[in-house]
Amino acid sequence: MSGIPHDHYEPKTSGERWLHKRLPIVGLLFDTIMMPTPKNLNWMWIWGIILTFCLALQMITGIVLVMHYTPHVDQAFASVEHIMRDVNGGYMLRYLHANGASLFFVAVYMHLFRGLYYGSYKSPREVTWIIGMLIYLAMMGTAFMGYVLPWGQMSFWGATVITGLFGAIPWIGEPIQTWLLGGPAVDNATLNRFFSLHYLLPFVIAALVVVHIWAFHTTGNNNPTGVEVRRGSKAEADKDTVPFWPYYVIKDLFALAVILAVFWAIVGFMPNYLGHPDNYVEANPLSTPAHIVPEWYFLPFYAILRAFTSEVWVVQIASFVTGGIVDAKFFGVLAMFGAIVSMALAPWLDTSSVRSGKFRPQFKWWFWLLVIDFIVLMWLGAMPAEEPYASFSLIGAAYWFAYFFVILPLLGVFEKPLPQPATIEEDFESHYGKSSAPTTTPAE
Amino acid sequence: MFRKLALSTAMALGLATGSAFAAGEGGHVEDFSFSFEGPFGAYDQMQLQRGLKVYTQVCTACHGLKFVPLRALSDEGGPHFTEDEVRAYAEQNFEVYDEELEDYRPALPTDHFPANTTAGAPDLSLMAKARAGFHGPYGTGLNQLFNGMGGAEYIASILTGYTGEEKVEAGTTFYENHAFSTGWIAMAPPLYGEDVDFDDGHPNSIEHEAQDVAAFLMWAAEPKMMARKTAGFTGVIFLVVLSVLLYLTNKRIWRPIKHKP
Repeated sequence: MSGIPHDHYEPKTSGERWLHKRLPIVGLLFDTIMMPTPKNLNWMWIWGIILTFCLALQMITGIVLVMHYTPHVDQAFASVEHIMRDVNGGYMLRYLHANGASLFFVAVYMHLFRGLYYGSYKSPREVTWIIGMLIYLAMMGTAFMGYVLPWGQMSFWGATVITGLFGAIPWIGEPIQTWLLGGPAVDNATLNRFFSLHYLLPFVIAALVVVHIWAFHTTGNNNPTGVEVRRGSKAEADKDTVPFWPYYVIKDLFALAVILAVFWAIVGFMPNYLGHPDNYVEANPLSTPAHIVPEWYFLPFYAILRAFTSEVWVVQIASFVTGGIVDAKFFGVLAMFGAIVSMALAPWLDTSSVRSGKFRPQFKWWFWLLVIDFIVLMWLGAMPAEEPYASFSLIGAAYWFAYFFVILPLLGVFEKPLPQPATIEEDFESHYGKSSAPTTTPAE
Repeated sequence: MFRKLALSTAMALGLATGSAFAAGEGGHVEDFSFSFEGPFGAYDQMQLQRGLKVYTQVCTACHGLKFVPLRALSDEGGPHFTEDEVRAYAEQNFEVYDEELEDYRPALPTDHFPANTTAGAPDLSLMAKARAGFHGPYGTGLNQLFNGMGGAEYIASILTGYTGEEKVEAGTTFYENHAFSTGWIAMAPPLYGEDVDFDDGHPNSIEHEAQDVAAFLMWAAEPKMMARKTAGFTGVIFLVVLSVLLYLTNKRIWRPIKHKP
């Protein structure tokens, strides 16, 4: 790996040299694990490890669950109950898998907002950011299809609503929807292909994770100051960094253990808190639930989807200009996907030359408003589609887009950033005291 | 350092609580107190046995429990009957259709409780998890953190929520019930009090019967709850100890970096 200068793997024994000539895999692992990492990373840099752990947890529990699950409309629901009642430890496997999805999304949102605050998306880390967005999209697809598999009421009607979104695309929408479902409505063909893709996508995610790590190992990690590691020489780089092993491995493992303690308490003591009771009712195409609510991690975007009704003037203009091709439903779909795309575009929308939000006095306020907006939208997504929630959703959606398309570009022009430390070493020492000449200042 | 971690965790939890946003309205659900609530709550074996009696003598007329195997009645952490008691219970109360015999025969412990779709009544195997008694405040579902999901409370509230009023709409009789979301339910009042005589002489007022059968249905829906809570407790203790050890390891490793000699 290129980037920050550091010691590379040197095969010492003849056996190591033999392997290294033929396949430098030990060297690759060594360079990856000994990667020089800024020594001032704070606790918001732990979520990457949590996410990697989640992916492994979901794959392992998922592979075992598949051994006992039957993807057929007549047997899926019963086979899940079989797992819950008859399979040894099956209830723990399923609850770990279901709640594991929630932990996965908690971690991905923390990771994502950390990136937005500290400007991790900015040059030269745009590719890392884009790959991350692709992982996030793949996660959403996987989670959505996984939620269909137990074949409960919310599985069935959630699938109906979400695939219906594709039907809103003009002209080609309905054929696409039929193609996705494998028929005119959600049925056995849908369940089978969702099962197949739910098993496939995590491996795609795993591959993307490797690329994601490869990308930021090339550019080096961002850090809370946003100041780059000095790369003039190895001695210089050493002042700004510590090797990933053991310093960050142990720190991340500590954080993982704390988070898992909370996670384990949720699985053990209230495993159904994050689920929806209706999904314990077997799917019934003839009976629509009173409220179709997606899982919590989709709610902010679901709120944006529903915010744009035919009464909103933007929708009316869009409809008029396009001669009715863009109706309210299609506009909502565009807004929902647009909300995610706008995040992906952040590297090019943010014009500020300062990377970290820590040194951007005005940016901070807008950023925290975005976090609040996200949480409020999450609440609104679960509320019925009526007033006053519809108006609130519209305001929330408007702020989401304004943040990315108006505030980020303008702030870079008008904001006066605070002075940044010259080096990571300087920042680190301002926290922990100067490393040299301790004899003259014995205080602390 | 810790403060920041605590903040992150609190934020993570804050995000997560968005969750249980079960949009629900109507119906007043009484917050009955059950022995199995909370992290340390356990099923009351005697209550489950009484609830089974109410279920057998009253509910089975219209409802089934198709996902629940009869043998589970002898499981630890459940009603915990002896295997002989379960065999006798199955034989005396249920007949199942045997495909090999091509005829009905008395049920065995290896059979499930029969399904019953008489009068279009829903299966009760998962009813206690398929309903949430509590939703608020403001639809956030936060009170489920303190009260639990409220499935058993919901069932007990329905059973005791009848006012005695009736109305006929399109040939169907509806009964006024202030726990039901629309206020009018198609199920006739199943319990009136003193419907079942309990072997242990426990009071059999309608409130007692309703709570006993609700507890039984909670067990039917979540038969492994006791084992799950034990696993939860063991896991949390293990992870807390691991966290402390890793915290100390981390402190020690970073010491020379943070405080150079």
